[in-house]
Amino acid sequence: MSDWRYRLAEQRGTLLAVGIFLVMFVIYVSNHPAGFTANVVQTAANKGVLLALVAMAQTLVVLTAGIDLSVGMTFIFTNCLASYIVTGPMGTALLGVVGVLVAGLLCGALNGLIVIYGRLQPIVTTIATGSIYYGIALWLRPQPGSSDDFNSDIADLMTSQLPGGIPMSLVTLLLVVLVVWLPFRRSAVGRAVYAVGSSEVAAYMSGVPIQRAKFVAYTLSGLLSAMGGLYVTFITYSGEASFAGGSNYTLYSIAAVVLGGVSLFGGVGSAVGAIFGALAFRTIGDLIFVFDLEPLWQTLFQGVVLLLAVCVSSVRLLQVRNRLDLFS
Amino acid sequence: MDAAAPLFRMEGVSKRYGGVRALEDAELTVHGGRVHAILGENGAGKSTLIKVMAGVVAPDKGRMTLEGNDVSFPDPAAANRAGVVCIFQELSLIPDLSVADNIVISNPPKRFGLIDRRAQRRIAEDALARAGGEDIHPLAPVKDLPLSRRQIVEIAKALARKPRILILDEATSALTAADVVKVFAVLKRLRSEGLALLYISHRMHEIAEIADECTVFRNGRNVATYLAGTKTDNEVVEMMIGREYSHVFPPKQAAAADKPPVLDVRNLSWTQRLREISLSARAGEVVGLGGLDGQGQRELLLALFGVLKGVSGEILIDGKPTSITSPRVAKRKQIGMALIPEDRKTEGLMLPMAVCDNLSFAAIDRLSRGGIIDRPAERKAIDEMIKLLAIRTDGVNVPVGSLSGGNQQKVVIAKWLMVSPRIILLNDPTRGIDVGTKQEIYQLLRRLADSGAAIIFYSTDYDELIGCCNRVLVLYDGAVKRTLVEDEITERALIASALNIATDQVGAGLKPAVNA
Repeated sequence: MSDWRYRLAEQRGTLLAVGIFLVMFVIYVSNHPAGFTANVVQTAANKGVLLALVAMAQTLVVLTAGIDLSVGMTFIFTNCLASYIVTGPMGTALLGVVGVLVAGLLCGALNGLIVIYGRLQPIVTTIATGSIYYGIALWLRPQPGSSDDFNSDIADLMTSQLPGGIPMSLVTLLLVVLVVWLPFRRSAVGRAVYAVGSSEVAAYMSGVPIQRAKFVAYTLSGLLSAMGGLYVTFITYSGEASFAGGSNYTLYSIAAVVLGGVSLFGGVGSAVGAIFGALAFRTIGDLIFVFDLEPLWQTLFQGVVLLLAVCVSSVRLLQVRNRLDLFS
Repeated sequence: MDAAAPLFRMEGVSKRYGGVRALEDAELTVHGGRVHAILGENGAGKSTLIKVMAGVVAPDKGRMTLEGNDVSFPDPAAANRAGVVCIFQELSLIPDLSVADNIVISNPPKRFGLIDRRAQRRIAEDALARAGGEDIHPLAPVKDLPLSRRQIVEIAKALARKPRILILDEATSALTAADVVKVFAVLKRLRSEGLALLYISHRMHEIAEIADECTVFRNGRNVATYLAGTKTDNEVVEMMIGREYSHVFPPKQAAAADKPPVLDVRNLSWTQRLREISLSARAGEVVGLGGLDGQGQRELLLALFGVLKGVSGEILIDGKPTSITSPRVAKRKQIGMALIPEDRKTEGLMLPMAVCDNLSFAAIDRLSRGGIIDRPAERKAIDEMIKLLAIRTDGVNVPVGSLSGGNQQKVVIAKWLMVSPRIILLNDPTRGIDVGTKQEIYQLLRRLADSGAAIIFYSTDYDELIGCCNRVLVLYDGAVKRTLVEDEITERALIASALNIATDQVGAGLKPAVNA
């Protein structure tokens, strides 16, 4: 086989996610009363980018064969924090942005340290830390709201439309991919993350820096969640410690990751796939509106589509020859 | 032979696992530009020795020197940095990464802080070519390669680390004869480049072809080092024999020869791991599976128990062709099969659950009526089992994980006895348990056989095969190489056929089958 066929095979999950998204999106805009206009795209993009960022965060941890149930709460916590410190003139507001991102980084780093040195399971660790992050969010913002001198200029800029109707949120997402994901994917530590997720024993035997890989994965995950939290602040101009919101983002991020072709067993997948998984998941949710169905059907409909998509990716299990391999 | 200063030396190295002594005061001297073969039977300490060398396990005591300087390897990465690279028997490749990714995994080439994919590709192609794997595409994911190709990738990966000492632990066991020729050409070139090669293999003809010197291990010690070609196969086997006898076996009973076999297997094959295996077992017979570890014994038991898919060949129960598609089917009354698995902690027991729950799992359908568990009946059956096997436990409600290894193993066996099996498959049931419990298990096997069960018994301990079995099938490379019956079952015959070599007539050096 030639090179490109291997490259294609490697990206199969991502391409599948792109395909699912395109199908859903075409159905969506062709049935939308307003059609394919800049505003329709803008609204869809803003909503999609939030989940896409959280799904990228989830991807990093899932690649290590872990799971991060605190991504949604980090998202909520950084949202509340941003509503306090992205304030004043441009200079101080930008410092605030940096502060929010650092806070997210610390949340992720704490998760990583507990998982690595406490040797606790990621699922329990992140349920616990997630509650802590939510607690801080609630303490910051018992009621939804924002500071009086919240800098709406940054917010407006980040949610604006560029010439040609291109949403700024999509451009930002693209920048995150270029600046965070691609260098990570091509770094030695990025490869170590895949190695750890694929087979921790083999990685250890090969002298791969396992602890550093996990630490970087969790920390970057916190950073990406914080980017999501920052973005939701830009869209809503406020912070809200919504428990349901945080939980939904956590669960949806897992769904998006699976839709995006990232294996929950670790070692396989790409954050780009997860982004398209997130966009597809959001579009599935929006289809309900253009078809004018009862909103009551939304979660049921989403569930069915999700199941179908996941079935496609588990076909390989039919090839297993030793049934004990099904459980490992 | 010690003209040149040794490249690597280990002295007085000891390692214990719990009460088991894996290495005792072992010594090894390795020279550059030579191939040094390590020989020994199962459990002689070979694996532990190379794990110590490669930084996988820390020795309890002892000293290692590299070019005369003291060294210690806290992890495999440290050993790699010192130039000691090991190709392990259990593969150390990462299944989801590509061949090229795997080859450079421990030290990828970098440019501006990121992995340089072009350089990586070059290194990978180079290493593959040196290892004789030009046909392997560097971008192929490792999990899609057949076992023999993976082994070549392992070798390429080791070469890419520029080793000074290369350890090959059964590195050729998955290779075809054509691949072995290629690998040997590579190894010979490496030797001429001045590398020290440590070669662990059970294929005697390979050792004869490639080794310059050999060291034999027995009971965790090096018992002899000699130049290759100065000893006959017979002498080598003789050196490997000599384990300490510490078991007492109950007297064997010959099974009634007139009864038809309960289990009759014809031409069983599965992927590349099992080849045309035929065996039969009558009621009251203990049939042993011998051979070196990993020659298909485990797969054979799993195939019989319905765990493997795509098994070809015929299984006859009481003379009737039967299809066993899962453990659930295997334990049905008409078949009545039970498997005592190899790893009791993962496959045999639910460690955190109570002793009584663990005991009744397999028999739960017999102990319940209309889906409701009949508590008094369960209790009675459990008490009987605990008494029968003399399981030492603080009541039946303590977690099974709190019992000693031997008692845990008794629980696994008792669990299956509760379904009154007619065919019992045992996968190395005495590994890692104390001598007293071992003896109880031998007694139990005998009683079960006497009461009419057919037993298939795989053991890595040759004494057990000699002491318990009516017949032993010796497996090699997934096929039955030899069947030893009654008095033919001697340690010499078992080792010789496990290594797949012919010795002098076994009759000549017959040892008593049972030593107390």
